[in-house]
Amino acid sequence: MGRYVARRLIQFLPVILGTLFLLHILSVLTIQIVGDPVRALFGENAPPDAVIQQLQSQYGLDDPCLETTGNPCVGMFVDRLGQYAQGDFGVNFRGRPVMEMFLERMPVTARMALIAILFETVVGIFLGVLAGLRKDKFIDNFVRFSTVLLIAFPVFVFGSLALLFVGLKLGLYLRNSEWAPEWLGQMFNVGYNPDYPWLSLMLPGLVLGSFSLAAIARLTRTSLIENLRSDYVRTARAKGLTTSRTVGIHTLRNSLIPVVTYIGIDIGLLLGGSLVTEGIFNVPGVGQLVFLAIQANDTPVIIGVVTILTVVFLIANLIVDILYAALDPRIRYE
Amino acid sequence: MSDISAAQAASAPEPTGAPEETPGSNRTLWGDVRYELVRNPVFWFSAVLVAVILVMSFFPQLFASTSPNTRGACQLENARAKPTWDKPFGYTNAGCDMWSSLIYGTSKSVIVAILVTAGTVVLGVASGTAAGWFGGFTDTVISRITDVFFGLPFILGALVFLAIFPTRNILTISIVLTVFGWTSLTRVMRGSVIATKQSDFVDAARALGATDLFIIRKHILANSIAPVIVLATIGLGAYISAEATLTFLGVGYQRPTVSWGLLVSEGQTLATAGFWHLLVYPSSFIVVTVLAFILLGDVLRDALDPRSR
Amino acid sequence: MTETKTDVSTGPRKSPLSGVAFDPSAPLLEVEDLRVEFHTRDGIAKAVNGVSFAVGEGETLGILGESGCGKSVTAQAIMGILDTPPARVAGGQVRYRGVDLLAMQESTRRHVRANKIAMIFQDALSSLNPVFTVGWQLGELFRKHQGASRKEAKAKAIEMLELVGIPAAASRVNDFPHQFSGGMRQRVMIAMALSLKPDVIIADEPTTALDVTVQAQVMQLLADLQQEMKLGLILITHDMGVVADVADKICVMYAGNAVEQADVYQIYENPAHPYTKALLESIPRVDQKGQELTVIKGLPPALVDPPPGCAFHPRCTFARDRCKTDKPELYPVPGGRSSACHYWEEVIGT
Repeated sequence: MGRYVARRLIQFLPVILGTLFLLHILSVLTIQIVGDPVRALFGENAPPDAVIQQLQSQYGLDDPCLETTGNPCVGMFVDRLGQYAQGDFGVNFRGRPVMEMFLERMPVTARMALIAILFETVVGIFLGVLAGLRKDKFIDNFVRFSTVLLIAFPVFVFGSLALLFVGLKLGLYLRNSEWAPEWLGQMFNVGYNPDYPWLSLMLPGLVLGSFSLAAIARLTRTSLIENLRSDYVRTARAKGLTTSRTVGIHTLRNSLIPVVTYIGIDIGLLLGGSLVTEGIFNVPGVGQLVFLAIQANDTPVIIGVVTILTVVFLIANLIVDILYAALDPRIRYE
Repeated sequence: MSDISAAQAASAPEPTGAPEETPGSNRTLWGDVRYELVRNPVFWFSAVLVAVILVMSFFPQLFASTSPNTRGACQLENARAKPTWDKPFGYTNAGCDMWSSLIYGTSKSVIVAILVTAGTVVLGVASGTAAGWFGGFTDTVISRITDVFFGLPFILGALVFLAIFPTRNILTISIVLTVFGWTSLTRVMRGSVIATKQSDFVDAARALGATDLFIIRKHILANSIAPVIVLATIGLGAYISAEATLTFLGVGYQRPTVSWGLLVSEGQTLATAGFWHLLVYPSSFIVVTVLAFILLGDVLRDALDPRSR
Repeated sequence: MTETKTDVSTGPRKSPLSGVAFDPSAPLLEVEDLRVEFHTRDGIAKAVNGVSFAVGEGETLGILGESGCGKSVTAQAIMGILDTPPARVAGGQVRYRGVDLLAMQESTRRHVRANKIAMIFQDALSSLNPVFTVGWQLGELFRKHQGASRKEAKAKAIEMLELVGIPAAASRVNDFPHQFSGGMRQRVMIAMALSLKPDVIIADEPTTALDVTVQAQVMQLLADLQQEMKLGLILITHDMGVVADVADKICVMYAGNAVEQADVYQIYENPAHPYTKALLESIPRVDQKGQELTVIKGLPPALVDPPPGCAFHPRCTFARDRCKTDKPELYPVPGGRSSACHYWEEVIGT
């Protein structure tokens, strides 16, 4: 196990460098093709060159390599890496450090993501197991039907509809009614309420996790059905073990392996999905930061936050990979 | 929001029991597939739906009499008009007929998805086959590149690119989505090729003097193509969803293009003010379209799954 | 060997089988007229069609037959681990020490498995759970059936591994199945089967997946352990070489029926059924070098809606008209054997 972890750590480094370089090339290439975002910001009312140059150097956009299309700007990349290592991910157009804004908003997003992950894994696995054990019966068909429907909803559609019908119609009713307790109303709130840091994130968290819930349920179901047919289940029965033990311990452990793999992909979805959910539900998290930056055309913020999120994603995937090896001993010796 | 590989991972194959015996002794792979599909009502449902949607994208005039893009079609005085019995879909925020807006918006989303799927299939199959077939250094290089692309979450990557790029039309959106999506098929294809390469019939073909290219074309592709077909179909649905999401976020189609994502975006803010139709109708179109492709892909997957042979 | 407290130091424990009236003087295992059906989409397949045999202490019965003849189904029916549906035990009795297992409640029967009758499977790699250590899987038997603690169970697991000849058992007990070689893995399976000291072992093609030399080792191990522990062994195989070495009696199966039963010398010297005869003739021999191999023409029949008459008649060199309509029963043959052929005298004579 230790050697596996070491190997993964060694593989991790080039990948993270590669991905950051990819991001770097993308932004550099676009700037080379499209032109200077600083000038674009001012549009017609171009201030004197001195101001522009000062801004350019402030945002790290003054490298001459940006003039020629196709120049990968390796020097600029190395400089940027140095900055990243120090926690400097750029500043927004008003000079505020991206890292500072990120850290300020991160707890909210982290809470929402946690709600999403707990919801999707617990309910998803539960439904998947239920459907797998009762294959072709009513509960199975219900789960299959509802999950495929859920997958067809893009997060922003689901979120908008949820906001309208649950948050507004139901939530308002609950909040205005006499009998519903305060916390119930807050659970279906339409926006973030710092007085209820967890409850008011329930609805956006559930929305965020809904797609993955469907995916996990289906994955668990399929995996369980396959494992129930395997030879080692036959052996377990021949050993005189009870059905609940055969299923609950022998099969489940094997069935959860693909689910853990999926969670790695899922983190990427959650990061992207948080943009949408925070935008719709007006949650002051990291996603909203990007959402607003897009609307304000604040390119450094977009690039800076995406960079941080990418690093987070890669680290999270590393952890998932190690978790996967803990579950499946065959991987450790590959 | 559906990331491509996630949607593909989500629709895992349906494990079936004993294979069904088809009448008659002449059974080919595609014959079997056809036989199973034809008897599946879900297949017909989704296939018909997909066909309708495709016709809608290329021939919108068959479904709606006037395009919202023609002069004078949209009148501000009609803006946000709620549904009535003779206009059951109401009017959009710009005063255009909702129904025709949705119909004419179909092509924007569907054609992007088709282009992206075509692009990712070509790139994915080519790179996956190369990596799987040649192995060694080629494989290492391609696999590392794939890993690097996987390290960038799809929406975030596409976002950065599109945010900086000012022109956003069918072509640019398609190119960006292809750039970030091609790796999803590479891995699958690579795995498939590696598995097939080790089959005995490949050795047999070699022994008979077949060239590499011939073997690849005739044997490898034919046997490895099934998962690609499934993933491409599901991917189509996922890309429709992705484009709509990016448009919703503001980096896709821009106003005044008539697109589903934009309609939902408008609807989302205005629905809370009581204009529910602005949100519900565009949402339904998106969901039904994505559903059609995902169902079709699912059904194909079950039919093509070698385990149910 | 009946259910007394074993050497686990957890105090006296009422065995769940204590209420069952096993008769120590009755034969160890008797199968009588066992019938098993499978309900498929194409109809009902008669996988086992009235098979009877018996095994005594220290005795080895070889069940011989080609793939699909129903031998594995028979074994699983005895153990009670068939998937019902689509399988269904349609009749017959399986008597262990006089008590019919088929008539038992599942809650009681569960305790017969592994404690009284244990099974070894063909492919140890897929038959062992890949995510748990070998020690855990062995120890599970002691923990769940005898209430042993984890430490005790592990100690017993190490003991069992040593018994089957796995070197460095104390460290290998923490290894996973995929870390063992094929032969070692099969030994682990044997250890698992023997852990609770059962009286009967059913080995379903235990050596088919192994190399020839390893095969010999594993078979030798089984034979030694059987001798030591006075087990009844049912060896299921399609390999005539393996069974000749180890078995005392042989039951030949074809298309769900038992077609011949005899002791091993009788079968090899003078088969009484055309199928057995054809099987023996098809074994390649070194002194036949350069000649064409003898094959049995044709294919086994479908198990759904089998043709009337003898199941083997389309491929049989002794077949007459009667064989097409009359299904033969097991005729007694002098010497304590039997054969399901109308013309067995001819077969013996030639």
